[in-house]
Amino acid sequence: MLLIHCPYCDETLPEPEFAYAGEAHIDRPADPQQLSDEEWRDFLFIRTNAKGPHYERWRHINGCARFFNAVRDTVSDKFLTTYKAGEARPDLAKLLEGQK
Amino acid sequence: MTHFSAFSLLKNALGGHKNWDKQWPDSEPKSEYDVIIVGAGGHGLGAAYYLAKEHGITNVAVIEKGWLGGGNTGRNTTIIRSNYLYDESAGLFDHALDLWQNLSRELNYNIMYSNRGVMMLAHNVHDVQSFKRHIHANRLNGVDNQWLTKEEAKEYCPPLNISPDARYPVMGAALQKRAGTARHDAVAWGYARQAAMRGVDIIQNCPVTAIRRGPDGVVEGVETARGFIKAKKVAVSAAGHTSVLMDSAGIRMPLESYPLQALVSEPVKPIFPCVVMSNTVHAYISQSDKGELVIGSGTDQYTSYSQRGGLPLIEHTVAAICEVFPIFNRMRMLRKWGGIVDVTPDRSAILGKTPAKGLYVNCGWGTGGFKATPGAAHVLAWTVAKDEPHKLNAPFTLERFRTGRLIDEAAAAAVAH
Ligand SMILES: Cc1cc2nc3c(=O)[nH]c(=O)nc-3n(C[C@H](O)[C@H](O)[C@H](O)COP(=O)(O)OP(=O)(O)OC[C@H]3O[C@@H](n4cnc5c(N)ncnc54)[C@H](O)[C@@H]3O)c2cc1C
Ligand SMILES: [Zn+2]
Repeated sequence: MLLIHCPYCDETLPEPEFAYAGEAHIDRPADPQQLSDEEWRDFLFIRTNAKGPHYERWRHINGCARFFNAVRDTVSDKFLTTYKAGEARPDLAKLLEGQK
Repeated sequence: MTHFSAFSLLKNALGGHKNWDKQWPDSEPKSEYDVIIVGAGGHGLGAAYYLAKEHGITNVAVIEKGWLGGGNTGRNTTIIRSNYLYDESAGLFDHALDLWQNLSRELNYNIMYSNRGVMMLAHNVHDVQSFKRHIHANRLNGVDNQWLTKEEAKEYCPPLNISPDARYPVMGAALQKRAGTARHDAVAWGYARQAAMRGVDIIQNCPVTAIRRGPDGVVEGVETARGFIKAKKVAVSAAGHTSVLMDSAGIRMPLESYPLQALVSEPVKPIFPCVVMSNTVHAYISQSDKGELVIGSGTDQYTSYSQRGGLPLIEHTVAAICEVFPIFNRMRMLRKWGGIVDVTPDRSAILGKTPAKGLYVNCGWGTGGFKATPGAAHVLAWTVAKDEPHKLNAPFTLERFRTGRLIDEAAAAAVAH
């Protein structure tokens, strides 16, 4: 079972407390009227689906209910880090260095 | 290669079963092929077979990173049905269902197709109304599906508890009688054997690491663990790994890969005659010919390539089965496993041409592509051979995510694979 660290509660808790919420850092278009069909497709449907470290959103649904972000390796399912919504993408090279 | 028959069985029995031929050779890659298919699941092997048989294209390799049939083909719970809601899906899945009926004979291989029927339980008024609507839609498409009262459902599936006191009372059911199950490994093996017999090379333990395109964007071949292999056409049929491969060709896919798990119980005497699904309680069950109860539900919530999945989902699945079939609550489970399924935003497959000339893709079958195997393989071969889609897969384009012409089976499929 995944153990997930909520950066708001600052506690590491079992997976059933959390809901997965898809890829992180996908910005809503600033000016939707101007988007081409290709841009809409990319925004709505295209996903990185990374094999390896993946930036993703989780929600502490059965706890504080807040959304936060995580980097998880999708091959081992191991979390490299979790961080608050709105914070910048952590630097992957540094994270991987920290894992060694 | 030996033709399988009662006579060859008898002959080999007398020889102590020591003289059976190899079913297919373990081929070494040649330097060049007309068509390379990436992924030796049922879909890829089947496509190779139909390319050779129906289109006379035999200079074909199927390249597999592990062993053939070791992906989702060998991991699924083998439910076969065609009662999908939308015209496009009904057409493609019913084409597959037609091909299943005679596949053992066609392949000279017992794939153990069993028309035992697939039943979906209705537990509330909403279920009853939407199933009835679904049945009418199916009927208009010539797809068999019928409404059963709860008494009729009990008659068809005696272990069903139809007491009004049940935690999730059964109010009726939809039954597709022509639906059923098949032996998943045998499907891969049967296609592999027939394809190899017609000259197709099946190359195992050879991961494709990238798809190579020339300066003009046209496909040139594939990079593999055993070097570059040239090809005029490449078809990717790699289920959960499709987006990784397509990325290497510079094409980003509307796919996410999730673990889907299943489990089996210890084997017991025949008790369960058909397949039963409950979308509302969220699980499904059947009994294999070996006697194991075969149980599954939906995917894990997070994307992953781990072929494992988490225990909370197994707990949820088993709990749902015990709610619907309390008689099984003391069964012991033997093992559980996971496969990586490739899910599209509209839960329908992508099967057709791509923006790269000479590159074709068959993916997005997600949690429910075993049933489609012969149909998907058949129209994939057509698409590759003619460089244009068959009319049954024409709507299943990659383009639909740009045009918005989705085939939105999401609501129709739910837990029902
Ligand atoms: C637990 C579970 C239960 C399911 N239950 C059902 C069900 O009841 N009914 C139903 O209809 N469907 C079901 N499915 C879905 C079904 O299994 C799949 O949709 C179907 O088998 C897909 O077939 P395929 O040939 O496309 O894929 P696969 O059999 O997965 O074949 C793809 C192959 O590509 C290979 N590959 C990947 N990357 C590379 C690479 N880089 N180089 C070379 N080879 C590569 C893989 O190793 C694999 O063998 C289930 C799936 C799972 C996991
Ligand atoms: Zn929290």
